[in-house]
Amino acid sequence: MATPLHPIDQLGAWHRIRPLELLPWVLAVGYYFLPNSNLPLGTEILTWALFTLSLDLVLGYTGIVSLGHAAFFGIGAYAAGLVARWLGWTEPITALIFAGAVSGVAGVISGLIVLRTHGLTLLMLTMAVAVMLKELANKLGWLTGGADGLQGIVIDPIFGQFRFDMFGRTTYWYALAVLFLAWIVARRIVHSPFGRSLVGIRENATRMSAIGSPVMLRMVTVYAISAAMAGVAGALLAQTTRYVTVNVLSLEYSGDVLIMLVLGGMGRLYGAFAGSAVFLVLRDELSKLSPYYWSFGIGLLLVATVLFARGGLLGIVDTLWDRIKRWRA
Amino acid sequence: MTVALETRGLCKNFGALAVARSIDFRLETGARHALIGPNGAGKTTLVNLITGRIAPSSGQVFIAGDDVTRLAEAQRVKRGLARTFQITTLFKGLSVLENVTMAVGERENTTANMWRAAGSRRAIVEEAYGLLERLGIAADAMRRVAELPYGRQRLAEIAMALALRPRVLLLDEPAAGVPSTESAVILDVVGALPDDIAVLIIEHDMELVFRFARRITVLVEGAILTEGTPAEIAADSRVREVYLGKSHGADHG
Repeated sequence: MATPLHPIDQLGAWHRIRPLELLPWVLAVGYYFLPNSNLPLGTEILTWALFTLSLDLVLGYTGIVSLGHAAFFGIGAYAAGLVARWLGWTEPITALIFAGAVSGVAGVISGLIVLRTHGLTLLMLTMAVAVMLKELANKLGWLTGGADGLQGIVIDPIFGQFRFDMFGRTTYWYALAVLFLAWIVARRIVHSPFGRSLVGIRENATRMSAIGSPVMLRMVTVYAISAAMAGVAGALLAQTTRYVTVNVLSLEYSGDVLIMLVLGGMGRLYGAFAGSAVFLVLRDELSKLSPYYWSFGIGLLLVATVLFARGGLLGIVDTLWDRIKRWRA
Repeated sequence: MTVALETRGLCKNFGALAVARSIDFRLETGARHALIGPNGAGKTTLVNLITGRIAPSSGQVFIAGDDVTRLAEAQRVKRGLARTFQITTLFKGLSVLENVTMAVGERENTTANMWRAAGSRRAIVEEAYGLLERLGIAADAMRRVAELPYGRQRLAEIAMALALRPRVLLLDEPAAGVPSTESAVILDVVGALPDDIAVLIIEHDMELVFRFARRITVLVEGAILTEGTPAEIAADSRVREVYLGKSHGADHG
């Protein structure tokens, strides 16, 4: 056994990347080359992983409980879809950034209002925001296509080079690249002093105020960043499927993203990846078995996770790993 | 002597209940001051009014001569006001070193930075570690706060308050709930605080109060009953009356 580092050096080395953190990327790239890979499902997983990652910043790291995170996912989806459909803004990357910015602004505005509350009130308010937006999208049928969905979205080739082909090859790489960039941003944020102050707020907001931290400002800031990231995920969905329905703003989506995060493990970045992959693969497999009752299986898994593994699937991996290490020592 | 902290006519009412009645209180630089009074006298309320956790119904709070009545709690901390809580208030899931590092980083205004790695500013972590050494809890640096015995959690909280380099330090029952073997350590730490800090301690343990304080304020039913040196307070019949539990204000005068 090597002698443990001095505590000061431990904190100094804490942000360094560990080899295991590259595993998701190896798997994602490897999956593409599998002979029987299902790339549309893969793209869906990557998109939801991004959405779940955004929720991890507010819920997992800061402890802000939201039951309406689909609001920002939906705003991003509609922002990208509408500009492509009505304004001819068909260049994907700038439209993605635009959608993120719109969602981010929405995050600031709603954050300034809802984050003044806590607990159940906060939960209800986040939900109310999403419900109101969904009704709005429904009402503005002439613009959004209403219940029929927004159709006829055209997206240019990426960099003018790579067309969105029917096998979903380009969309897969596109989604993977966006998720990778977002992961770099999220990873830097959570390892930064700002990110640590978010964890401080989650652990004890009273203590944060008592050491002079502007708690409300920190919360609104991360809420906006998370909203922007969720918006990019929504835009990714709109661009890769070239279709937006009012479902993107639904309570179901808000619930699904929450389940994915809890399932994978909160406050650890990679829980978002594990949770979204397991959830969507399971849904895909279970719905082949039974098109009506697939949610039963996911519900069962969620109940088991919440009851027996509060750290989610990655929490189980952690526990096992610790046991193996202790057993070998 | 300059005035580090002052309140003028501070009042707080919860409905018809007055928990702070026109409190005029001052703390000079370097003060070693104790606030005593029976349960429910409003001692913690006064601390909360001073720190800005609750807003006064009327009256003013000054730090080093500046009116801070309208400033939020966090902004008053930036003006040099630090506190510990009656019930330990820490980041329980984080290590002791991270707790104190958080406070040093906040004091140095580094926490708006989203891009730099948190532990990479070595001077900040070193300062935090130095504080742990000073308070004798460096061996626990990497342990989660929740795993520590209560006495050492109290020390960790004092370390966090000191990390803010306060000019006024408010200690709300620092030795409450701590076994006597460990409370001696806390006493030593409090006794060895630098001279340029004004310290206000709320405490029930009279032995501790008389050992530590150079001045004592007695609070009863939200109002200041009297203030004086420990000898004066010990000789005051009204104070004794309050502590003997005789109904206050009856057959007296």
